Amino acid sequence: MSSEQKKVMMEVKNINLRFGGVIAIQDVSFDIQEGEIRAIIGPNGAGKSSMLNVINGFYHPQEGEIWFRGEKRPSMEPYEVAKTGIARTFQNIALFKGMTTIENVMTGRQLQMSKNFFWQLLRYGPAIEEEVKHRKRCEEIIDFLEINHIRKSPVGSLPYGLQKRVELARALAMEPDLLLLDEPMAGMNVEEKQDMSRFIIDVNEEFGTTIALIEHDMAVVMDLADRVVVLDYGKMLADGTPKEVQSNQSVIDAYLGVAH
Amino acid sequence: MDLLTGIFITPFAEMIGLPDLFFQALWDGFVSGTLYGLIALGFVLIFKASGVFNFAQPILVVLAALALISFYKMGVPAWISVVLVLIMFYGLAWLIERLILRKLVNTDGNILFMSTVALSFIIIGAAQWIFGGRPSSMIHKELGIPTGSFEWPMFGGGVYFDLLDISAAVVAVILIVCLGLFFSRTKIGRGLRAVADDHQAALSVGISLNQIWVIVWFVAGVVALVTGIFWGARSDVSFALQIIGFKALPVLIIGGFTSVPGAIVGGLMIGIGEKIFEIYWGPLLGSGVEGWFAYFIALGFLLFKPQGLFGDKIIERV
Repeated sequence: MSSEQKKVMMEVKNINLRFGGVIAIQDVSFDIQEGEIRAIIGPNGAGKSSMLNVINGFYHPQEGEIWFRGEKRPSMEPYEVAKTGIARTFQNIALFKGMTTIENVMTGRQLQMSKNFFWQLLRYGPAIEEEVKHRKRCEEIIDFLEINHIRKSPVGSLPYGLQKRVELARALAMEPDLLLLDEPMAGMNVEEKQDMSRFIIDVNEEFGTTIALIEHDMAVVMDLADRVVVLDYGKMLADGTPKEVQSNQSVIDAYLGVAH
Repeated sequence: MDLLTGIFITPFAEMIGLPDLFFQALWDGFVSGTLYGLIALGFVLIFKASGVFNFAQPILVVLAALALISFYKMGVPAWISVVLVLIMFYGLAWLIERLILRKLVNTDGNILFMSTVALSFIIIGAAQWIFGGRPSSMIHKELGIPTGSFEWPMFGGGVYFDLLDISAAVVAVILIVCLGLFFSRTKIGRGLRAVADDHQAALSVGISLNQIWVIVWFVAGVVALVTGIFWGARSDVSFALQIIGFKALPVLIIGGFTSVPGAIVGGLMIGIGEKIFEIYWGPLLGSGVEGWFAYFIALGFLLFKPQGLFGDKIIERV
């Protein structure tokens, strides 16, 4: 982040999320500033994915507020959240397995498509122009993420690392203001991780997309993130720059497994 | 020896000896096949989009046919009646989404299935209450669908073509082509395919499951109406009509529950297969072959190719 002005894009305040008697998130608050890469880290079961699902609308917290672009957000369904300019990828890859790479990426344009139903049906007139326009944007994103060689391959048969990249491409096709990445590098080898890190930085710098990501690999997080939130057992442990967080005693304890 | 000749020689000799009869059987089978395919298509659409085997699909066929006739009897012009039935089905789709699907989303497939069983009995009850239980005849003539038949000289004999059958086949083909274009080209169609593939991913790109479900149930209703008109025209319209709905089961097993082309190909295979088998091998086994042939073939598929010809192979990681 080069610019000095720090505008808050999203703020979550005192989020409490329970599943029956299980407390997934307890009184967590933090903000995401425009243009930054924000990491959410923590051991397994810390509530990281739950947090992303709250922001994304998959889960609805029992208590707490979400402020987005200076306004308090009402309870929303995921498809409504998508309309507000928030895109995401999933920990366990949720791609349309029956479709090719380009088709998957094109679904990211779904919201930008107009509704001229009959022209689309006949593939005539304004529908063609629109299709070409969206297609072009998708091809650019595919080029950008270097997955040109698999444009026409059904994604179900692609190796894991490439599927992750297709999922990122689909999210980018939505041209989001805020991009949520749930463990974008899970299960990747070192080389794939480096590629993915580079793409995330490029997306952030070239498109100016604000990114919130969950990651396990501390080294990766320290390289990528501007600021880090640490969760443990659903609670906030620390919030700050990678350096600050790294030297925080309770974070060290949580990661090294010191008796609580 | 007689049996072997009966199985392996006589039928083929007859096919070659009387090609006009063979062609007639093919045509008749083709026509029933397209109609089986249409019914199966209704099941496939809903199964793809919401993962539910919709037990109520056959009763939707009856409901569509009965409603159409009732509107006409009330003095509404035939084509306006069709429009009214479509509006009614849109309302029904909306109600089903609101009252059933939305509440049961993310529950087990069996629960959803049982809810469609309940739904079908509710519809039967309501339809009997509103339209009465007496069989009535379809208004296809009033809709301008040609009737009558003609003989076309062929292979030294003649083949009978029913104009109603020809229209049924033509309409079925048009409907299937339109659905194909709808799925591949329109925004809604693409959204529908996305939902069929992965709910979470569809939601994350901004597709509303609720809206898609209403549309799918409505489209299934449109397919039910077309099926109801043409099946109703061949026999009377009564609640017994729903039994043909279950002919769709073997079709689905053969074609695969998730494949639109599978429904069509499966339908044609059953339609043509049962006609040919009935005529040429039926005498060996006694009559009534047409009744069980489809299920026999389906059983074979279940044993050796359970995902059907075009269905998605479900591999579960252990």
